[in-house]
Amino acid sequence: MINHLPILQVIVPLMAAPVAALVRKRGVAWFITVLATWASLAIAVLLLLDVRDGGTIRYALGGWAAPWGIEYRVDTVSAYVLVIVAGIGAIVTPYALLSVRREIGVKQAPLFYSALLLCLCGLLGITITGDVFNLFVFLEISSISAYALIAMGPDRRALHAAYKYLIMGSIGATFIVIGIGMMYMMTGTLNMADLARLLPSVGGRTVTVAFAFLAVGISLKLALFPLHQWLPDAYAYAPSTVTAFLASTATKVAFYVLLRVVFSVFGVVFAFETMSLHWALLPLAIVAVLFASLTAVYQGNVKRLLAYSSVAQIGYMILGVSLATVTGLTAGLLHLFNHAVIKGALFLAMGAVMYRVGSVRIEAMQGLAKRMPWTMAAFVAGGFSLIGVPLTVGFVSKWYLVLGAIENDMWLVAFFVLVGSLLAVAYIWKVAEAAYFKDYIGDLDVREAPLGLLVPMWALVVANFYFGVDANLTVGVARQAAELLLGVGP
Amino acid sequence: MRILGLYNYWIFIFLMMVGFYILISRRNLVKKILGLNIFQTSVFIFYISMGKITGGTPPILVEGSEEVIYSNPLPHVLILTAIVVGVSTTAVALALVVRIKEAYGTIEGDEISAMDNQIPF
Amino acid sequence: MTGLFGLSEPMAALAAVLIPLFGGGLVLALGKRPNRREAATLGTSGLLFLVVLSLLGPVLDGARPRLVLAEPLPGLPIYLEVEPLGLLFALVASSLWIVTSLYSIGYMRGHHEKNQTRFYLFFAVAISAAMGVAFSGNLFTLFFFYEALTLCTFPLVTHHQTEAARKAGRVYLGILLSTSIAFQLLAIIWTYSLAGTVEFRPGGILAGTGASGTVAAILLALYVFGIGKAAVMPFHRWLPAAMVAPTPVSALLHAVAVVKAGVFSVLKVCVYTFGWEFITDTGASDLVIWAAAATIILASLVAFTKDNLKARLAYSTISQLSYIVLGALLANEWGILGGGMHIAMHAFGKITLFFGAGAIMVAAHKTEISQMKGLGRTMPITFGAFFVGALSIIGVPPAGGAWSKWFLGLGTLEAGQVGLLAVLMVSSLLTLVYLLEIPVKAFFLSPEGGKGSTGIKEAPLTSLIALTLTALASIILFLQPKILYDLMSLVVGS
Repeated sequence: MINHLPILQVIVPLMAAPVAALVRKRGVAWFITVLATWASLAIAVLLLLDVRDGGTIRYALGGWAAPWGIEYRVDTVSAYVLVIVAGIGAIVTPYALLSVRREIGVKQAPLFYSALLLCLCGLLGITITGDVFNLFVFLEISSISAYALIAMGPDRRALHAAYKYLIMGSIGATFIVIGIGMMYMMTGTLNMADLARLLPSVGGRTVTVAFAFLAVGISLKLALFPLHQWLPDAYAYAPSTVTAFLASTATKVAFYVLLRVVFSVFGVVFAFETMSLHWALLPLAIVAVLFASLTAVYQGNVKRLLAYSSVAQIGYMILGVSLATVTGLTAGLLHLFNHAVIKGALFLAMGAVMYRVGSVRIEAMQGLAKRMPWTMAAFVAGGFSLIGVPLTVGFVSKWYLVLGAIENDMWLVAFFVLVGSLLAVAYIWKVAEAAYFKDYIGDLDVREAPLGLLVPMWALVVANFYFGVDANLTVGVARQAAELLLGVGP
Repeated sequence: MRILGLYNYWIFIFLMMVGFYILISRRNLVKKILGLNIFQTSVFIFYISMGKITGGTPPILVEGSEEVIYSNPLPHVLILTAIVVGVSTTAVALALVVRIKEAYGTIEGDEISAMDNQIPF
Repeated sequence: MTGLFGLSEPMAALAAVLIPLFGGGLVLALGKRPNRREAATLGTSGLLFLVVLSLLGPVLDGARPRLVLAEPLPGLPIYLEVEPLGLLFALVASSLWIVTSLYSIGYMRGHHEKNQTRFYLFFAVAISAAMGVAFSGNLFTLFFFYEALTLCTFPLVTHHQTEAARKAGRVYLGILLSTSIAFQLLAIIWTYSLAGTVEFRPGGILAGTGASGTVAAILLALYVFGIGKAAVMPFHRWLPAAMVAPTPVSALLHAVAVVKAGVFSVLKVCVYTFGWEFITDTGASDLVIWAAAATIILASLVAFTKDNLKARLAYSTISQLSYIVLGALLANEWGILGGGMHIAMHAFGKITLFFGAGAIMVAAHKTEISQMKGLGRTMPITFGAFFVGALSIIGVPPAGGAWSKWFLGLGTLEAGQVGLLAVLMVSSLLTLVYLLEIPVKAFFLSPEGGKGSTGIKEAPLTSLIALTLTALASIILFLQPKILYDLMSLVVGS
């Protein structure tokens, strides 16, 4: 059993998905989903513990050894991302019960849970696989289920948003397939470790083009500026649960794919010395941080505001990568976890507002702090973390990011990172001011969100502070992962 | 001659560009899906032609003819998966278009965007 | 060795941070009963002062109690450490909290302010943050409490919840947060990157790290401007903006905690992060010191043009703060000695002035200086105290400010900066004119509109007690400056 953990990680949600769809009972489907996500989390944690003790786990699917068969490969980086994805899934699914009841029709609910599980399965699969084509398949499993999930949003604009996401996402996926095909053409293998071994000796223009296709395709999935246009609408109109789930996991996994392709497949030397990837990523990342943060300030829909903020946060992560040092990469990986916790909490708070008020526009939030004190307090606490107030997780990532920039003598970059924080103050402040300093004008029957929503929300808020006060664990894992990717250290 | 000899790649690039152009230039949601399909098909051709080996036979092993050169079957198998993915994407996309037609009464992207922008969410 | 109530010294430092928080909780719990609520505030403030005072003896004897609270990042702990400079600030803040509470009770009731429970709650939290700033063991801890202080004073600044208050609140938060995040945090991380630590160590941590003169100069400028609470121009706008708040809040901002936390941080960075020898060796402060000098003069000039009493006092504060920044940047014994002492002297002087301004507002409903002619005859105690406070700010005997100004002057001479001495002189003259104008008008001019009874009486009793106490303290500090001097000697001697 314990030897088969890697495959169970993917199989559990995959098998639970059709069951959830077939039971046709909302409550039962929900219960199955919760069980499956918590089982996934347990498996992910076990894998992380295993990897930290015993090094990389390699699992040959169906007994076919790599490079012929598909290999699942768990190292510190993938185990770390697995825990994040499964953890967010485990926190979001209990929240879904009430939120889905409010936002999605009775008939569709079991299908919703089914799609959610498939999406989770896809994301976990991307993270765990060691085979590039398998990665593409899982990427599409997660994407297609994400399109369906977004389309279930309560507003009709969700449909249009999902459609736009589908078009952009498919273009990205096709680019990735082209890149994979070219790599296969040159090396005759799809196994990542094998590719890493063979690619340097092949070289040539085809490999360069393959790299370019992959980079663009992944950037589309990642919503890296300026390929981010699909993201704000998709996040704004999706059901609250889906927004929280996707915002904390989907872009993170795409970021993981970028790391894998850049560091594990092509290698630092090719990506940064031959291709000068950092000179492409660094300006884009900085523009993403500044432009998206500035756009966020002018949004009237808070979910959309947070979505633009997500584009900016992706900029921070990419910035960490483009530094190509241990500190920079540690910062990027830390922010991967930290941002998942931050945005999860913020979007869950907005989900609770949606549940009670039925709108997430700033005008609808005037004076809401008196009616929904716990929800708005969670939002402000999450906001502090997003800004990077000391003793929150946001501060930890900012610290390492700025430190990384300073170590590279990039003063201006360090300054821009902090300016991004200031813009975060501005857009979080807008919401907080409306909630706390305006008079309440809405319906009289609005009251605090039920416990079913508050508990998962506050679980993430507490995580924001817990890992901010004691970041030794996350910093340790992230640094180990960064050293692994860069091929330095122990 | 070298350029013409690689004609399969030219077809791939031509189809890819056609598909991509339709994808960005058309505002009709169904036509966009058509463009996406052509775009993806080009990649299928790219994969399939990649496995072709000059003078190669179908990859069927017959007793006593182990020396025969045969085409690489793996890209074909791979692309079968990609085709399945493409079909499901198209299915989801068309389903979305049906729902959009129900909700908006049109499938013209411009008109939908105009309706979206009328009311603040 | 145990101190007060059997607390060991490190625990006493922690208690200093926790007691006001606890007091805040008590205020919240007793919110419905104003008398008990106010008793709770007064009780906690008294207790806090005793606890801080109990640290004085050990610290003078050379103890440096230290307590690690947490280690959020590897190699970056949050810890408290009591050293003489911090203790001086803590003593000033905790003693002034008592009188400010006393004064607030009269003012808030006399003015029929709303939301008084919230006011006392956040006031207590702000004091807790100020204690944290005072006892910070490293830059990271300092930054944390510094930001906490900004955030928890925000509800006080916007106490009236009007549109004007909201606007002022935005300026307040905007400037303080942006400077601290964009400059101060950058400087802290830069320091960490250079020295591998951010702890406060006598003699500094930057010497010997290979930081060049240019790097040191940029870093120092980042700190001076990044500590926005020190209100060095052009980052001073928040201080006049915050004048919309009730007067006790202005007292808190100007005298007790907020701006003092700013200049204290500048002093601490100069002494314990750079080390004053390192500053002199590298000439890091050569340019930025003129920003402080310019602020001294410009703010005094602006103060001249203000007819609104609180606005004039606000610009006076900006000018006086830069005296302390200047003292720190002079980077010699006398400059730092004078700067440190001026924290206390200015605190007692300026709080008297603000109490006076508030008392005039409550009793006579007057805010403009031009309306105060002849008011001294009906409110002799208030204006008498005001006069003493003004003397201390100007720096003439028999008020405490004379000492600190004297040492600052010596500091400029020691540094060979005659130009700066001239700046101090000119500014003192300006201060003399714009501050003394007020009591002079009140005492010697006859009120407008004849001598008829205006119905104006002296301010509420608790307010009078408070401002008399602080005025007396200013005089006592002139006669007995020894404790301050001893504490500061430990700072510069080490």
